[in-house]
Amino acid sequence: MSKLVPPAPLRRAKPALPWVLLALGIAAPFYLGAYDLNLLARFMAMAILAMGLVLIWGHGGILSLGQGVFFGLGGYAIAMHMKLADLPAGEMPDFMVWSGREALPVWWEPFASPAFALAAILIVPTLLGALFAWAVFHRRVGGTYFALITQALALAFATLIISRQDVTGGFNGLTDFYSVFGFGLASPGTGTGLYWLTLAVLCLAYLGLRWLLASRFGMLLRATRDGENRVRFLGYATTPFKTVAFAIAALLAGIAGALFTLHAGVVSPALIGVVPSIEMVVWVAIGGRYSLAGAIVGALLVNLARDAVSSAFPELWLYLMGALFIVVVTLFPNGLAGLLKGNRA
Amino acid sequence: MDFALFLNQLFNGFSLASLYLLASLGLALSFGIMRVINMAHGEMLMLGGYLAWLTLLVVPGGAGILLAVPVAFAGAAAMGGLIQTSLIRRLSSRPLDTLLATWGVSLILQQAARDLFGAIGVEVRAPDWLMGSFTVAGVTLPSARLFIIAVAVLVLGALALVLLKTRIGLLTRAVNQDRMMASAVGIDVKRVDFTVFCLGSGIAGLAGVMLALLGPVTPNVGQSYIIPAFLVVVMGGLGSIVGTTTAAIVLGVFSALAQMFVDVSVAQMLLLVFVILFIQIRPQGVVAVRTRQLDV
Amino acid sequence: MIRTRLGTFAVSAFALALASCSGSGTGSDKPAGDGVAVGVLHSLTGTMAISEITVKNAEMLAIEEINASGGVLGKSVTAVVEDGASDPSTFAQKAAKLIESDGVATVFGGWTSASRKAMLPVFERTKNLLWYPVQFEGNECSPNIMYSGAQPNQQALPALEWAMAQGHKTYFLVGSDYVYPRTANLILKKHIEKAGMKVLGESYVPLGGTDFSGVIAKIQQARPAIIINTLNGDSNVAFFKQMQAAGLSPKTLPVMSFSIGEQEAKAMGTALVEGSYAAWNYFQSLPGDANAKFVAAYQKKFGADAAITDPMVHAYLDVYAWKAAAEKAGSFDPDAVRKAAVSLGSFATPMGAVSFAPNQSLVQKAFIGKLKPDGQFEIVSQPGADIQPEPYDALAFPGKSCKL
Repeated sequence: MSKLVPPAPLRRAKPALPWVLLALGIAAPFYLGAYDLNLLARFMAMAILAMGLVLIWGHGGILSLGQGVFFGLGGYAIAMHMKLADLPAGEMPDFMVWSGREALPVWWEPFASPAFALAAILIVPTLLGALFAWAVFHRRVGGTYFALITQALALAFATLIISRQDVTGGFNGLTDFYSVFGFGLASPGTGTGLYWLTLAVLCLAYLGLRWLLASRFGMLLRATRDGENRVRFLGYATTPFKTVAFAIAALLAGIAGALFTLHAGVVSPALIGVVPSIEMVVWVAIGGRYSLAGAIVGALLVNLARDAVSSAFPELWLYLMGALFIVVVTLFPNGLAGLLKGNRA
Repeated sequence: MDFALFLNQLFNGFSLASLYLLASLGLALSFGIMRVINMAHGEMLMLGGYLAWLTLLVVPGGAGILLAVPVAFAGAAAMGGLIQTSLIRRLSSRPLDTLLATWGVSLILQQAARDLFGAIGVEVRAPDWLMGSFTVAGVTLPSARLFIIAVAVLVLGALALVLLKTRIGLLTRAVNQDRMMASAVGIDVKRVDFTVFCLGSGIAGLAGVMLALLGPVTPNVGQSYIIPAFLVVVMGGLGSIVGTTTAAIVLGVFSALAQMFVDVSVAQMLLLVFVILFIQIRPQGVVAVRTRQLDV
Repeated sequence: MIRTRLGTFAVSAFALALASCSGSGTGSDKPAGDGVAVGVLHSLTGTMAISEITVKNAEMLAIEEINASGGVLGKSVTAVVEDGASDPSTFAQKAAKLIESDGVATVFGGWTSASRKAMLPVFERTKNLLWYPVQFEGNECSPNIMYSGAQPNQQALPALEWAMAQGHKTYFLVGSDYVYPRTANLILKKHIEKAGMKVLGESYVPLGGTDFSGVIAKIQQARPAIIINTLNGDSNVAFFKQMQAAGLSPKTLPVMSFSIGEQEAKAMGTALVEGSYAAWNYFQSLPGDANAKFVAAYQKKFGADAAITDPMVHAYLDVYAWKAAAEKAGSFDPDAVRKAAVSLGSFATPMGAVSFAPNQSLVQKAFIGKLKPDGQFEIVSQPGADIQPEPYDALAFPGKSCKL
């Protein structure tokens, strides 16, 4: 399969792909209705997370089955802010009342400030991601072990959120938001505005990652993936590289979670556990783990297909997803992007 | 805290550890020699459970459950062999891709079970001699749990015999220590892979029968035990049976004792924290296999 | 049609076979000129599918019956079915799709509180109406939702009163770890304490959890007179099985369950749960012609051995209540329909005569059943009076009320 070379027209299409995507992204608000635009915006938020996986999995060889955790941290941070922002003075969010809490927890209070909430979206996932990655990598535990530990992390995080209902909203998650930073969520203008914001963040993340992957950092990351000990023998400490890469992916997941929560109007443990986390890897596997544009296409396509297939043929969806996963991973490890580019694994 | 409750939980810890052990032995064995994790291993548990149910439909009663043990072992071993030859062998040098591809298998097997047996799950009725319980010094010892502990001990003993006294065991240990060297001296590494994988899947199928004694057999029954089993593998060290057993006991007892003070949900979180702290101290796991290889 | 556009959008962009699936969804179910579309939104996949599909079936049966007898306001009813996939954000998304893209007049849907909570903002924003058929923890009061499932004071509290009347003085609360069990138990605890009785322990297990060794050890230590069980789904089988293995059967230590209905009892194998108690507003064994007719119609369509449960009947009566309210209002406008619904007065259903209270919850009776070996419940409580729904329990949440 590694001899497979795509036909010339497809190869020539490769550099154009990001531009085509951008043009479509800009055209979408003029072409789609409010519902479809909202759907597209959600998927674009997920695409931001997917690009983070390209960084760590494709280029770093670090498979994370727990990206949902960081997605959730970002989502919950913005949700906590919106919960407090809509609240009359002196009251508690409704779920705290019915969970029997007497007062707002101290660590909730600063989230009333928009600046704090924004900072939390950026800092908390990054910091937690860095800490977690460092704790595992500095003892030279990696590869399969790391993947298994991240999966356990996803399980533990989702379970913890569910069990601390009085401060997290539990299984229900957080929902019923009316405004964000002063803009009413019900007004169509806000929806379009959020779409542009998501598109802008997506472009920024894309450009940032492109630069990063082309830099010395990217080169060393790939070198670490292909032969960690050799890089060590050359005198580089590899743990900081891997930790930084993982933290960046966590940051992107956090931003994606916050944007997704704004579009979906809800964040809940159902979005962050074991299965959603592994599905995030599916997007990237299908789109192409080495390609940023591929990851975007993968995230959009898989979610679009799920939306269409799971309603019409609910039973079929799981078979399709399972089969797609097996086929793509075994036969087309470079995903859709590989079909355009030719093989480079 | 009450001493009787402590003893009770200590016993429960060992019974939980037996389940963890049965669920993780196969994972640890094949991880030791192939460096791959089969994400569909949980579905081998499920398969074992459904096979036990089917066996009991044909042969009801106490004999049925004893017959179910070899049936589940053979069925799961066959399924494991199928997965190994059709998929895992093709991916042998790509451990992370194996993880993902076998997860796809797991999805398909779960959905197939849902379509074949229904989403509600089926109930395996334990024979009467497994229904009762003994009370010793204020501690209730349900027969079903004693039976599970006994089975785990037997499996462990049998496995040790196979590994230490038989030819295939010798080959397995050789491949476990140094795969390339073993291959170079003429050991048919692929055959060892296949045998060990079947054996490990069979043990998981057997674990499925044990789970059926405690709860319903559902399409996702494997999922509730597979993540603790992964943690056992991480903690146990590469393919070491002693390490895996120790890790299973430590995690089982830890989890049961934690439940004296906190909810099951929090206990689950503590379990992960415990494992992460543990690998800070001993990243190579409880038992490290001596090897001169650099990249293990 | 907008929906298909996103499909073509993708197709033209990527020209991939995969994308050709999109846009083919359920768009073809759009109402014709002489019909009215309603949404049916339940989990057809995922962990909740097993429960929610039966509720969907009951709704489809009601719609079919209504169409066979001439429809509503002279229009035939078209159901647009969507899958919530056991995921709250999908429920919210599909609710928006049903209302904004398919233009449905109303939606029947939801099971978990999580799904309802996620859909609520969508219904309030679009001023549409959701009919919600399952018992829940109260503490919610939206003009855009009709709550036909039991409020806590229509299921949990009657069960507690019954247990107290049986002379049980010490309680142990076991539940799955999610919102309904925790809030229901909070309310129960307040009432148990007020009555001068004791809660000896409270334990939660993650949804779908099957290891009860720790919980059972605590129960054995505490020795309660009765267990109140709010476990969900498969966890129940594991719980009763491990209780039995530990020498505690429902016969020696009574268990009152809030989430075990006929379907669950049948699936669990009745030998395990025989003799345990359940509280519902409806049991398949209830007398009455309307019930017999419904059971026969459902079993004719979905299998002679299909079990009939409380949420199914609530879902079934929701469709009829919507029909009656639309006819009374003379329009499908959600606002007119909900106003008409609360002024309908009492109407006959398989569970007896019920009506909607001004707070848009159902006025209904509560029954206590004891499980028989054949999987049906024997009703052991006195036929009580109709219970007015109270979304906010006065003891647990003082000062709160629901005014619409």
